Amino acid sequence: MIKVLFVLVIVVFLAQIVRVFEISSKIKNTKNEVSDSSNNINGIFLLISGIGLLVFFFWQRAEWMDQTLQISASEHGPIIDALWDTTMGLIIVVFLLLTPLLFGVAFYFRGRENRKASYITHNNKLEFFWTAIPAVILLALISYGLNVWGKIVNQDTSDAMVIEVYAKQFGWTARYSGLDNTLGAANVRFVGGTNELGVITENTKDKQIKDLEDKINKLENDLITISSAGKRKLIQQRIEKLQKKKNTLLTYFITTPKENLIAGEDDIVVKELHLPVGKKVLFKFRSQDVIHSAYLPHFRVQMNCVPGTTTQFAFTPTITTKDMKKELDNDAFEYVLLCNKICGNAHYNMQMKVVVETEEEYSNWLSNQTDKKIINL
Amino acid sequence: MSEHEHHEKENFFTKYVFSLDHKMISKQFLITGMIMGVIAMGMSALFRIQLANPGESSSILSTFLGRWAEGGVMSPDIYLSLVTIHGTIMVFFVLTGGLSGTFANLLLPLQVGARDMASGFMNMLSYWFFFASCVVMIISLFVQSGPAGAGWTIYPPLSAVPQAMSGSGLGMTLWLVSMALFIVSSLLGGLNYIVTVLNLRTEGMSMTRLPLTVWALLVTAILGVLSFPVLLSAALLLIFDRSFGTSFFLSDILVQGEVLSHAGGNPILFQHLFWFLGHPEVYIVLLPALGLTSEIIATNSRKPIFGYRAMIGSILAIAFLSFIVWGHHMFITGMNPFLGSVFVFTTLLIAIPSAIKVFNYIATLWRGNLQFTPAMLFSIALVSTFITGGLTGLILGDSALDINVHDTYFVVAHFHIVMGLSAIFGMLAGVYHWFPKMYGRLMNLKLGYAHFWGTFICAYGTFFPMHFLGMAGLPRRYYSNTAFPMFDNLLDINEVVSFFAIAGALFQVIFFFNFFYSIFRGPISSQNPWKSTTLEWTTPVERIHGNWPGDIPSVHRWAYDYSKPGMDEDFVPQIVPLKDGEEEHH
Repeated sequence: MIKVLFVLVIVVFLAQIVRVFEISSKIKNTKNEVSDSSNNINGIFLLISGIGLLVFFFWQRAEWMDQTLQISASEHGPIIDALWDTTMGLIIVVFLLLTPLLFGVAFYFRGRENRKASYITHNNKLEFFWTAIPAVILLALISYGLNVWGKIVNQDTSDAMVIEVYAKQFGWTARYSGLDNTLGAANVRFVGGTNELGVITENTKDKQIKDLEDKINKLENDLITISSAGKRKLIQQRIEKLQKKKNTLLTYFITTPKENLIAGEDDIVVKELHLPVGKKVLFKFRSQDVIHSAYLPHFRVQMNCVPGTTTQFAFTPTITTKDMKKELDNDAFEYVLLCNKICGNAHYNMQMKVVVETEEEYSNWLSNQTDKKIINL
Repeated sequence: MSEHEHHEKENFFTKYVFSLDHKMISKQFLITGMIMGVIAMGMSALFRIQLANPGESSSILSTFLGRWAEGGVMSPDIYLSLVTIHGTIMVFFVLTGGLSGTFANLLLPLQVGARDMASGFMNMLSYWFFFASCVVMIISLFVQSGPAGAGWTIYPPLSAVPQAMSGSGLGMTLWLVSMALFIVSSLLGGLNYIVTVLNLRTEGMSMTRLPLTVWALLVTAILGVLSFPVLLSAALLLIFDRSFGTSFFLSDILVQGEVLSHAGGNPILFQHLFWFLGHPEVYIVLLPALGLTSEIIATNSRKPIFGYRAMIGSILAIAFLSFIVWGHHMFITGMNPFLGSVFVFTTLLIAIPSAIKVFNYIATLWRGNLQFTPAMLFSIALVSTFITGGLTGLILGDSALDINVHDTYFVVAHFHIVMGLSAIFGMLAGVYHWFPKMYGRLMNLKLGYAHFWGTFICAYGTFFPMHFLGMAGLPRRYYSNTAFPMFDNLLDINEVVSFFAIAGALFQVIFFFNFFYSIFRGPISSQNPWKSTTLEWTTPVERIHGNWPGDIPSVHRWAYDYSKPGMDEDFVPQIVPLKDGEEEHH
């Protein structure tokens, strides 16, 4: 009720203001029309707002620039940052030229009763220059940009350490490929129990099939004792589903090359990413439900995780977490992998800690993870 | 000609509801668009409250959101739904339906010299499909599982699998139905606009004498007719995947502990289809605004638009390029990097015609006699936001740089400034400028100034700081940024943004008041209040069905003879024949 009254008061208030304008302009004998004085006032306001926009821009830079990402911690980071600085520099120069020009011109040529505008329709020479100059600058920018892009996407990954980054609502899991540096076969259809990523190996095959058969047998035993038709139907459906799953699994074992089935045995599944400094890693991304995006802002890395396909991104971390803490003078600093593609209600909290450490610390950590080997699950 | 002049007697329903008159249909589009705009703006105020005070209780939230904000704290589900519906309504219902629908309907017949649209009936259908789609969209806000929440781009599988989020239930189905209706409306309207411009131009109105408004609206309609069917097909395939068990976009999905039976589809295919519309859509939103302001800036500078042919050329170039740049939304989807390179190339090329337009605008102001009506001020503001927002496109269009700012607030800042603000400024400029043509009255000038300055300042205050949030790596569509210590110090930026966003929304109250007050109480307008050259100002103030009481006037010159030397007045309407020895500008 109070809110309705509040709205009413605002409406009445505005109506009264308009009445005042109308009456006062009648008294002053001016019409509801643009006049020299309103052109003057608005022209001056335009000039002020043009200056204000620049002041606002510089104020924001002074105030907030140190809260933006400054240093990159990967090998290709500085290359991207150099392109960024060039492009941003260009943008800022153009912005600083055109904004005062626009507002300055608008102010300077503000309307006056006795002013006459010039009849200028076009100017071929001028138009040629302001088409050609941006075209040349842009072509340079395009070739610079494509050059950088090429360096990032065409990296030699033959000696890179392969790690799988696996996304699901709402968390990340990592799978290290072990000594063979090859990820074993996996499919979300076989996720279950402790096998969070649906890895299938020669070694787990018997167990996985036996698990399924046990379940089917148990349900079939239940069928003997149950008489309700509805319930029977439900159970039969469930059995059919499990049968189907078993068949898929068997086909999978037949069609997948044997080396891919063996490769998974030494894979290690962990909840925290540890990366040795200075070593190239090749991330392979997979998702089990919806599209996620693996975003590692400090490393200038981002790639979508798409259900049904594998995507990848290669990079080399160059600064350890410890060094970064010192650099930023912030003991609490940690690298982080966050989700950057809307994926559901807890999207805003989908993250994984990333630790970059020396080769030695890394191998220490890895040797402590043997219980997370697929074969030991 | 003569059979067109007799119109059936009108009753209340044929005049105000199922009207065939393009001027009435234009007002219907405008007011529907305004109502939708209020809803979408209100939503942004709600989620800005959440972003500035994450997790804090607010009675405003509990009043508007009810069970979605238990104890006054917004739930993450409704947050995502709010941003989704805000985006959908703003892009489609306000800036496509509201902007093109209003001004193509109002101006095309009037500016080319036609009695009405080519098909008045199709035009009426276009509005009523639009109305129906608005109604369905609003109904979707009230369903049990909540409105659609997968973002306005509705990427599957999130939008396809109801188990993935509450907003992917009935709300999503209604979203798709609403969008299908909207596309039908847009196609009916678009075809009509194209045919009207190509076939119904009055005598002497050659294509190179058309005002730029008509050019922009024509090209917009062509873009819409070519690209919206692709979204329709994407929406239909998505409906099939959702409801009939097909697998166009879905493959190998395990959600809520259950493996779905879909296999072999590809979610990236949807993105290709979506952005094949989605990118032209940006220009469907922007070009009408650029067209309207070209006209307004020329009129109020009392000067011809600078580089008329270059302006047409750049509209055509932008339109053509807009069809081959969609991949720049998908650099990091795992798309082949070479394809990415091609899209970088085409994308950055768009900067050239855009730069030409900006220079031409400034050159038009140069040595003019600028009349600062509110419409003119909004047009100048459009040039400013077009510069500021367009420039950051050079970063986002560059695949290597996109890696780090993709889907962050940097993107939000970019498209809100270049597309959102520019288009809304163009639309407001259009409303102030053509209000006398719609209602025969003038809007209050001082309230117009108050509205402009408040809006302009708040617009920059809202969207400029978002660049810094993005450069700090803050992803968009985050319900709160409290889950990451690295974002802790960004709260003060968010507070600034929210302050200006809510203040900016409040300033629109002045506009709505001015608009509705002036419809009934505004001072009566003269026939040509802005001393303009174009045909619409030769029609009587009474706004009759059929537009001109007698014969349709014929046209003898281009639309921009302002301050032509040797003329008595500082404008020469298009209907005035050339004087002896006068050269026509080409």
